[in-house]
Amino acid sequence: MTTLDAWRGFVGDSWRHRIDVAAFIRQNYTHYEGDCAFLTGPTERTTALWDGLGPLFAEERRRGVYDVDTRTPSSITSHGPGYIDRERELIVGLQTDAPLRRSIMPNGGIRMVESGLAAYGYTLDPRVKQTFTEYRKTHNDGVFDAYPEAVRKARRSHIVTGLPDAYGRGRIIGDYRRVPLYGVDHLIAERLADKDRLDEFPSSPTVIRDREELAEQVRALGELKRMADGYGYDVSGPATTGQEAIQWLYFAYLAAAKEQNGAAMSLGRTATFLDIYLQRDIAEERLTEQRAQELVDDLVIKLRIIRFLRTPEYDQLFSGDPTWVTEALGGMGRDGRTLVTRTTFRFLQTLYDLGPAPEPNLTVLWSPALPEGFKRFCAQVSLDTSAVQYENDELLRPAYGADTAIACCVSAMRVGRDMQFFGARANVAKALLYAINGGRDEITGEQVAPVTAPVGGEVLDYDEVVAAFERTLDWLVATYVDALNVIHYMHDKYAYERLEMALHDYPVHRFMATGIAGLSVAVDSLSAIKYATVKVLRDETGLAVDYGVEGDFPCYGNHDDRADAIAVWLVEAFMDRVRRQPTYRGAEPTLSVLTITSNVVYGKHTGNTPDGRRAGEPFAPGANPGNGRDRHGLVASALSVAKLPYESARDGISLTSTITPGGLGRTREEQVTNLAGVLDGYTDAGGYHMNVNVLDRAVLQDAMAHPERYPQLTIRVSGYAVNFVRLTPEQQRDVISRTFHGSL
Amino acid sequence: MSSPQLAAIAGAVHSWDVSTGVDGPGTRFVVFLGGCPLRCLYCQNPDTWRMRRAQRTDLETLWTIVSGYTRFIRVAGGGLTVSGGEPLLQPAFAEALLVRAREAGLHTALDTSGVLGDRAGDRLLDATSLVLLDIKSGDPDTFRRVTGGDLAPTLRFGRRLAERDVPMWIRFVLVPGLTDAPANVDAVARHAASLSTVERVEVLPFHRLGAEKYAALGLRFPLARTPPPDAALLERVRGQFRDRGLTVY
Repeated sequence: MTTLDAWRGFVGDSWRHRIDVAAFIRQNYTHYEGDCAFLTGPTERTTALWDGLGPLFAEERRRGVYDVDTRTPSSITSHGPGYIDRERELIVGLQTDAPLRRSIMPNGGIRMVESGLAAYGYTLDPRVKQTFTEYRKTHNDGVFDAYPEAVRKARRSHIVTGLPDAYGRGRIIGDYRRVPLYGVDHLIAERLADKDRLDEFPSSPTVIRDREELAEQVRALGELKRMADGYGYDVSGPATTGQEAIQWLYFAYLAAAKEQNGAAMSLGRTATFLDIYLQRDIAEERLTEQRAQELVDDLVIKLRIIRFLRTPEYDQLFSGDPTWVTEALGGMGRDGRTLVTRTTFRFLQTLYDLGPAPEPNLTVLWSPALPEGFKRFCAQVSLDTSAVQYENDELLRPAYGADTAIACCVSAMRVGRDMQFFGARANVAKALLYAINGGRDEITGEQVAPVTAPVGGEVLDYDEVVAAFERTLDWLVATYVDALNVIHYMHDKYAYERLEMALHDYPVHRFMATGIAGLSVAVDSLSAIKYATVKVLRDETGLAVDYGVEGDFPCYGNHDDRADAIAVWLVEAFMDRVRRQPTYRGAEPTLSVLTITSNVVYGKHTGNTPDGRRAGEPFAPGANPGNGRDRHGLVASALSVAKLPYESARDGISLTSTITPGGLGRTREEQVTNLAGVLDGYTDAGGYHMNVNVLDRAVLQDAMAHPERYPQLTIRVSGYAVNFVRLTPEQQRDVISRTFHGSL
Repeated sequence: MSSPQLAAIAGAVHSWDVSTGVDGPGTRFVVFLGGCPLRCLYCQNPDTWRMRRAQRTDLETLWTIVSGYTRFIRVAGGGLTVSGGEPLLQPAFAEALLVRAREAGLHTALDTSGVLGDRAGDRLLDATSLVLLDIKSGDPDTFRRVTGGDLAPTLRFGRRLAERDVPMWIRFVLVPGLTDAPANVDAVARHAASLSTVERVEVLPFHRLGAEKYAALGLRFPLARTPPPDAALLERVRGQFRDRGLTVY
């Protein structure tokens, strides 16, 4: 095997002289326009390997975590080799020495580690605690040394929430494909050359930091080689076969996951790259279709058991223990050929071979131009598993090119060229209440935003409210981006992603990714104020605590411009302000309309709103219309969301839809055709993202009552999927209360 | 045809919806016209019975809403369905709407019980790509008990559609103890099988999801205690249609 030329049969030149995986793919892949008939099912080996994990999963569900190593802070080389079943595994490598055994990563913050352990009945090793309190500072400590008081107040009052100031920021996708294509030694040599070039510049703070980061990246690449060596693989050179390509790629990803407990640890866009190797092996008759599928199944098994230790508070925000191992599938190339390959199908097939699961977060980049066979297979997989999300390739490709991947849920980046500073989100519904209350918090009465004149009178005047809201947004955005600048300065300083950044170009392009929650609540509230009569009820201190609405008003989500135009305005108003802020390392500002599952927590911390929503009620997720307020079906709802301007929300706009099977057609054939048609229509209309659940409410209710019967029931929530039975009861109720688009 | 004249036409529109896979093929803009001459015991939409509960809407206003969806429908595949109530209670408006949709290049469907089929002019039928014909029972007495009306006009309308080559989907609502008698089902099946343009039969199981609407209107829901058909009954009835060589869902 080792005597094989790694690049045999590959064509093209540009990718040989400089690191350019996209060019390699473009010049070497074979697009596939057929249907799913070529796929094979799981082998006995695959099934035995996967089933062997079943009892461990059951134990993990019961206790919250299966096991934790409380003594060894994780690094690329911290743990020796671990196996699920050494005899059966085709692709090897675990985060620790045993499957589902979680590790600790104190660089993000020692308190997070301690409370994560305590939640599951473990105690942190005292020497580790001493190290990370007395000798080594953490990201979390750094952030709180530098936060200004305005940020602390905003954070305490939950108008900004979920900031990555105590945990790993994630959302950085290493170009893991570089390891199989070039081998680690080549990557080290390139990086050292980058560093050498910096010697010509005077040692300014910027240059010093870059030199140090590049040196750390080289060190991390060396550790990657040592980690692989522990499993008996030499990754210093390029991969020579399909099996090696998958193994090299997975080692690179694994090293990143051993180094960082990032909120989202996404994989990138690997299927079409790997297909080149698998198809070469098949052409050379060293691989069968059955074996190719086994290799993909094995990779996916590994990706399904990526685990991080997290706290219950974190799980409230991001429930169901997500890791966002997002893999972007499909899409179109810039030459008009589809980027769909047989391996794209093989990735989706894992949902049948291994059953449905939330991870990896399979994300299809949809275009009406995709081949029919692939469209139908995607629709079929959605009908059967509800485990796939869709993003609009016709928006992504012009914006970022054809080698774009998704981090987390909806965040697009050019693989290996862009990274982002994840910024969680600000609560615009609460901001509206602050505007009405002159900067005071509607729940505590505390003055959080600067003092402004409250909106007076018994009946709210639209123009007056909008003017006050704009002033509140000025303050909110400035405070929020200020917090992000502190966070990412400290994250770079104390919890730098050495390996992930080693798998990016130098210099890298950075995004500052802000976000908003509560869009539909703010929009419907403004619509109520504009089109109906909203009376204010104040407490004895003059604080507006409730609202009475008289008359009808249009709601966002009915393809009605009166309401939808307010949503467009709000997204643009927020983003315009973000653009005006200075950003750490000159990052390009972006915005997402995405809540993940924090819509529940945000709602809990937001008082009564003028749209009639009661205090504490969950927000709708992401850019979704308010629960039950979209009254004309899925299409009207989706077309409202599609109006939100992508140019002002380049980090993504998330829509989660739930359709009953009967709401798509009478026969399976029709359901497949109709779902593919709806995705075409939504994409054509400019909709950015859609989670598709095909479910009956009764199934979810039964799963709530009998979780043991539904260990693999998977549903899409907001940009990711979860095991339904791993949600908190509160979140389960929220999901069940959402609009199910069906037919009576 | 002169468009200004059409635009001035107004109808009683109860509501509209955009649905997929249930009111004809693909994703469809469905206009529910207000008013119905029948009072079917199992009706799930008693709020559409009276025309005065509907909103007087001129075609141009309605079309402004429809046109927000035409591109989506063309890309996704689908069309426009005129439903009700009983749309043929307002034949001129239904016709204007169907003609307008056809001119816009949309597939068109008419969802009707057929009892007022005689009111559908040839021009209306020419503009209709598909009729969803609801045959509520095959036995005239059962039909009268279920609907309060006569069966004959529905049968006549079905024959006329077949003669004009208009494709049909036959719908039959299966209510245990009311429409499930083998002879009653067989009469529907026999009639459906005699119509050359029937593409499929949809046997729709009765459900009680409309009960809340009765309560809200202060009306008694006559079938409040009738259960939905079980799987065995549903299969038997579908089998009766299948035995006649029909495609059944």
